[in-house]
Amino acid sequence: MIEFQLDETSGVATYLQLVQQVHQALRLGMLEPGDRLPTAQQVVAKLAINPNTVHKAYRELEREGLVRARPGLGTFVTRSPSGTDPATQARFLAAMTDWLRSARTAGLGPDDIEAIYRTAFRNCFAEGVA
Amino acid sequence: MIRLSMLQFRTQAATAAAALAVLAVILAASGPHLFGMYDSSGIATCQAHGDCAPLAISFVNKLAGFYAAFYFIGIGLLLLVPAVIGTFWGAPLITREFEASTFQLAWTQSVTRTRWLAAKLGLGALAAMATAGLFSLLLTWWSGPVDTAVPLEQGPNITIIRLGYALFPTRGITPIGYAAFAFVLGVTAGVLIRRTVPAMAVTLGSFAFVQIAWPIWIRPHLLPPAHAIMALTAANIPGLAAGPGGTTIVNPPILPGRAGDWVLSFQTIDPAGRPFNVNTVKACLGTNFQPCQNALGRLHLRDVIAYQPASRFWVLQWYETGIFLAAAVLLAGFCFWSIRSRRLSR
Amino acid sequence: MSAVIETRGLGRQYRRTWALRDCTLAIPEGRVVGLVGPNGAGKTTLLRLAAGLLAPTCGTISVLGEEPAAGPAQLARVGFVAQDTPVYARMPVSDHLRLGAWLNPAWDDEMARRRIGQLGLDQRQRAGSLSGGERAQLTLTLALAKRPELLILDEPVASLDPLARREFLRGLMEAVAEDGTSVVLSSHLVADLERVCDYLVVLVASRVRVAGEVSALLASHHRLSGPRRDPGALPAGQEVIEESHTDKQTILLVRTDEPIHDPSWTVRPVSMEDLVLAYMSRARDDRTRRLEVVS
Repeated sequence: MIEFQLDETSGVATYLQLVQQVHQALRLGMLEPGDRLPTAQQVVAKLAINPNTVHKAYRELEREGLVRARPGLGTFVTRSPSGTDPATQARFLAAMTDWLRSARTAGLGPDDIEAIYRTAFRNCFAEGVA
Repeated sequence: MIRLSMLQFRTQAATAAAALAVLAVILAASGPHLFGMYDSSGIATCQAHGDCAPLAISFVNKLAGFYAAFYFIGIGLLLLVPAVIGTFWGAPLITREFEASTFQLAWTQSVTRTRWLAAKLGLGALAAMATAGLFSLLLTWWSGPVDTAVPLEQGPNITIIRLGYALFPTRGITPIGYAAFAFVLGVTAGVLIRRTVPAMAVTLGSFAFVQIAWPIWIRPHLLPPAHAIMALTAANIPGLAAGPGGTTIVNPPILPGRAGDWVLSFQTIDPAGRPFNVNTVKACLGTNFQPCQNALGRLHLRDVIAYQPASRFWVLQWYETGIFLAAAVLLAGFCFWSIRSRRLSR
Repeated sequence: MSAVIETRGLGRQYRRTWALRDCTLAIPEGRVVGLVGPNGAGKTTLLRLAAGLLAPTCGTISVLGEEPAAGPAQLARVGFVAQDTPVYARMPVSDHLRLGAWLNPAWDDEMARRRIGQLGLDQRQRAGSLSGGERAQLTLTLALAKRPELLILDEPVASLDPLARREFLRGLMEAVAEDGTSVVLSSHLVADLERVCDYLVVLVASRVRVAGEVSALLASHHRLSGPRRDPGALPAGQEVIEESHTDKQTILLVRTDEPIHDPSWTVRPVSMEDLVLAYMSRARDDRTRRLEVVS
């Protein structure tokens, strides 16, 4: 289990420090998909910080798609950051651009497109499809 | 809250219990002998024969050293008990919490201030009354023989009557009223002053004032005094006294046949009903009292005496205790009002 | 979101000085609120008003939707730890726990005893002979074990050494993590609060100078440095909190919700400590200016 540290003099917000430490751990292989992050209680017991800060950090990580919170069980790592190669990323970027163009041609505005995207994103990741 | 009050009151309760225990032991050890002497003195049945005075005098004279001393110690003790209760139980009750700032702890639990004060005040007042009551019970019982005998002597110790300044506040139920009053007085001083030592001083001072002023100004009038008229003859005028109003006649100490009455005031009047002035009698201006006595005896003077009869002892006790208890309740009400108003000065 | 503490024009006067004035706050629930200000600013007064130990001179205050100390039910929802953590000196620790159990219907005895055990306090020891840190932990335990919705602490760590301070805050945050208790905590040291607070109220000279979520405050305050100029030339909506000038340079601390468009400014973020200090010195300057006008 990762153990967080706090650098009070760095000027970086606490929750961002936690986020960065998770990124670091993932990059170095200390955290792998399926690992559980410490609970807010555990972090607070170690660092004596506000538990809301921990929640905020975990929400940010979830927004980045790196972790997922399972109610009652904890927060688990879902994937490593930028684990895919540039070619794969370029391919998907092109596919997405095409899709956006055809959506605009069909008359969908930016808000519609964003709504569709968010719904699809939510459905996709909520199902546990990595 | 009651359990907490009992916990906080532990030391005071233990002190009181210890003192009572010590007293009880002393009285139990000395009581039988005292009562034995009283029984064999024949005073109990003397009223029928009318020869109480010599029996009483001989009984009292037989009370050597310890009994006489402890009789007066007992009086002193019961005068002190309510004052000590007010000063050491009442005043610190709330001031302790203010001085140590623990009221901030006590008033932020799940009980209101009213309940908090009610428990502390109620428990303390009950303990005060019980303590004073027990002291009084023990000492009234033990002092019974001497209390009865002394007035029968018809001698110079006329102040030691049940209605007098020494015995009325230290016998029966009046100590209970005083203790409750002194306790609540102490708490009130504490609530107003919020510092222990000044509150204790104010409590002691004001309670002492009440105990001194009350019997002089108020107790004589709790019931309308009875009046009696006594004829002054050459035989029953003991002498003259110099006083602030000039020379006056010293009155006979006791109304004949009425030991124990509390004489409040008297006035010597002439046969026409006017106040009589001794200085108008030439025979009384000299140093020899005998011609004066004869002259006064021929003038058919009378004393108009206002007094409280000895038989009113218990009625007066209930009145006085009731008034002090009522005063305690009023002061308690003030304390509740003051605590609830939340106007801490800092 | 409901407010745990709501005040409107709240004021409290002692004899002739106002300890607190024109205080209008709406503190949301579920936060750890830091109440900062110099000594004598009115922090203790505000917290005592919230705990029901004082009555207001003017204005209103409601705590958890009710008047403070309105009755046993309201008292049970609020925990208070006073400055200098008063305890009954001659009463042992165990009797303090009994006090808590007897006076609080919602008392969690198991949690209280567990906490005392974890802290290593001897239950038979008289509370007066505990160290400052142990006393603080005891009073915190008493406040936590009644399971309040709101916990109010008045300078709880002011007289503690750094280790005791960390331990105290740790215990406090663990309780928040477990129960979601709202906390209002006062201090004149900002460093303590930076770690644990997510809502800030700055109180100087008996008035509230700024109040809000820490993240929002830090996002809306910036340090601007650039060539020497008159701060009045800033666009409206950008409030100058603190300014300092040299002959060539101007440095400002501004509050604004809009982006800074002027490229001649270098914009840097502001730390919580700097933010608090800026408001404190502004309040002091205001008072000096007022005194100068008077004299």
